[in-house]
Amino acid sequence: MTIQSPPQDWFHWPRGHERLWIGMALVWCMIMFVMMPYWHFNGKQNSTGESYSVEPQEFVDRTLRFAEDNKVGEFKGVPIAEPPPGGDAYLLGRMWNWYPVLKLRKGETYRLHISSADLQHGFSLQPMNMNFQVMPGYDHVLTLTPTSTGEFTIVCNEFCGAGHHMMIGKILVE
Amino acid sequence: MATISTEMSGPNTRECKTTGLPVCLDAQFFIRANAVMAVVFLLLGGIAAVSIALTRWPAVHLLDAEWFYRLLTFHGINMLIFWILFMEIGILYFACTSLLKTPLFSRSVAWGSFGLMVLGSVMTDYIILSGEADVMMTSYLPLLAHPLFYLGIILFAVGALIGVFNFFATVFVAWKGKRYGETMPLVAFGALTAAIIAVVALLHGAIALVPTFTFAMGWTAEPDAMWYRLIWWGLGHQSQQVNVAAMVSVWYLLSYWTCGAKVINETVSRGAFVLYILFINIASAHHLLVDPGVGASWKIWNTSYAMYLAVLASLIHGFTIPAGMEVGMRIKGYTKGLFNWLWNAPWRNPGFSAFFLSLVIFGFIGGITGVTLGTQQINITAHNTLRIPGHFHATVVGGTSLAFMGLTYYVVPLLFQREYSFRWLARIQPYVFAGGIVMMSLGMSFAGSDGVARRTWDIDAAGVYGATSHLMLAVLGIGGVLAFTGLMIYVLLTVYAVFLGKSNEGSAMEDWGTPRDIVHVGDVDPEKIGKDGNAPGTMVLVMVLLLSFVVYYFANWKALADLWFVR
Ligand code: HEM
Ligand SMILES: [Cu+2]
Ligand SMILES: [Cu+2]
Repeated sequence: MTIQSPPQDWFHWPRGHERLWIGMALVWCMIMFVMMPYWHFNGKQNSTGESYSVEPQEFVDRTLRFAEDNKVGEFKGVPIAEPPPGGDAYLLGRMWNWYPVLKLRKGETYRLHISSADLQHGFSLQPMNMNFQVMPGYDHVLTLTPTSTGEFTIVCNEFCGAGHHMMIGKILVE
Repeated sequence: MATISTEMSGPNTRECKTTGLPVCLDAQFFIRANAVMAVVFLLLGGIAAVSIALTRWPAVHLLDAEWFYRLLTFHGINMLIFWILFMEIGILYFACTSLLKTPLFSRSVAWGSFGLMVLGSVMTDYIILSGEADVMMTSYLPLLAHPLFYLGIILFAVGALIGVFNFFATVFVAWKGKRYGETMPLVAFGALTAAIIAVVALLHGAIALVPTFTFAMGWTAEPDAMWYRLIWWGLGHQSQQVNVAAMVSVWYLLSYWTCGAKVINETVSRGAFVLYILFINIASAHHLLVDPGVGASWKIWNTSYAMYLAVLASLIHGFTIPAGMEVGMRIKGYTKGLFNWLWNAPWRNPGFSAFFLSLVIFGFIGGITGVTLGTQQINITAHNTLRIPGHFHATVVGGTSLAFMGLTYYVVPLLFQREYSFRWLARIQPYVFAGGIVMMSLGMSFAGSDGVARRTWDIDAAGVYGATSHLMLAVLGIGGVLAFTGLMIYVLLTVYAVFLGKSNEGSAMEDWGTPRDIVHVGDVDPEKIGKDGNAPGTMVLVMVLLLSFVVYYFANWKALADLWFVR
């Protein structure tokens, strides 16, 4: 049947169970679509892709300046920077570390700028498991509000060469 | 070029003694050639597969970092591109000749296609193994490989495109001469769908890779990294839609050959194929859901086109295929209860079990996870974690590759005219492979939900992954070994059959086992079965699918709601 030419009168609207299923499947597909705009307006976790073009070197400079101006300590030789609540924070991904360590406060909102000095990287916040793409040339802005405290780890989850698995960063939340 | 004969008889054809279909001997030659290359690359990709699976199992950690990344690149390309595409070109040649009763358009074009594909794949593999292209198959800029890596893939893609052209030309000849009757058979229609999408996919590949190649040669400026992602996934995603269309066509074919499946409604099945062509979303969108450079409305619109009509198409096939089989079996007399048709299916026939397991794995694991993880906001919890390979090993491996394996159990007897030996091993092979892939896919998915990244040699440096993650990675490793065992059984049996199998020239192939017609009991009228669009057993099965889908989908929203706030 499936490999022969069908009889001439093959055009039929669906009937019976087949029609029922197509109807249910279509409704489900629409529900799945509606969830996305619904969450965009009412949900708290969205990826809006806000971003600005930036030369990689320019982003490195901004991050160095940010780390210097907001330095509150050191974590294993890496400066800890604490941005003002509501302010801008910078996080640079490069082969193979994240710079600087960030110190944030629970319940405050920050504009976190993430970008790369070289290859693509993956910002993967653990153990929260929130993941965003980090692109050279793109200043990717996450408007972020930590809702829990503790020590969080940033794992790189975009392949970025031989040392990829060693590219670990920290965010400390009080 | 050989003169094009349009007669489907004469010295260059034979009649298949099993199916009664005409076989074009040119097509047969190239189907054999493509199938052999496909199996070679499956073997290469499989050896890499078991090595990387055993590396991701922390207790074993087989390879060093350099070789892990190298063989991961090698695995992705050999499996997803070479194994699958060689197989698909073979399927296209079969569909346009035997099903459309037309000789292959051109031998020389077929040679050109095959030659370029072999040249390109060997070139790419050589460069990867020599350590000049540790960039993963996606080769995201600014990562840069040796120029021959891109050139190899470009040549391969051009070769595949030429093969698709040969298919279109044959279809055109068939259509002009109405050689197959008034309407193209459904399986050929599905193959045509796959071919159309393949052209779009391969063009995206050229647009992304040609400038990257010229950049690698130092001739042109560096393409933008975000632009590259957008276009590359135009290749990467559409080719998955090609795989789906090809796999669904194989499902229709195998369900017919193994249990006499009917088409409940030609309009619905064809309409669903058309939906694939029209509504593959701006194909790359669901790969860029947490990227900068593209905004929320772009992401939401393009990942769904407002109503997920390509997903609808798969949900439709997910009904029509088992329903067609149910109707076919009921007509044979298996009418008792809801599921008598299913229990009496030929479970010992590897063509059937491969088809049915592929359908179930694709639908229940691959499909449900794919749509859920491709939801704009939920993707935050999945992007680049092991949940992603967990998803696609259930689609393109447990689904497409397993369906192609099932097809092979018919291609070798019918087109190589050789019988399989060690038939009991062939009968268990689909179960071994499917079991391994399901285990591995679940291990990956759970480890990924725990935040474990994909494409990562070592997870302990991060110091955040506990016992659950390690356990799930062990499940991945054990499942990987099991799947590799299934893969090796398939490769060895097939190689043995092709070179040493008993010839069946001049007679029908040995039956793998197909259900007999039995006497109808009660007052059923076999003529009427399925005409009303009803298939009660299948209706129950798809309701279970929908229920699982709804639960999984909303469970993921619930998990998302617990995360930090982000815009
Ligand atoms: C024995 C069977 C197989 C096993 C054990 C296996 C195992 C694996 C493993 C462990 C990974 C690495 C995941 C990671 O660390 O990111 C992987 C990646 C992958 N596999 Fe398989 N696989 C098998 C078959 C296949 C087949 C048949 C295909 C395609 C048709 C396939 C396509 C891929 C792709 C595209 C990737 C991603 C590569 C990348 O990240 O660049 N696999 N596989
Ligand atoms: Cu990395
Ligand atoms: Cu995709």
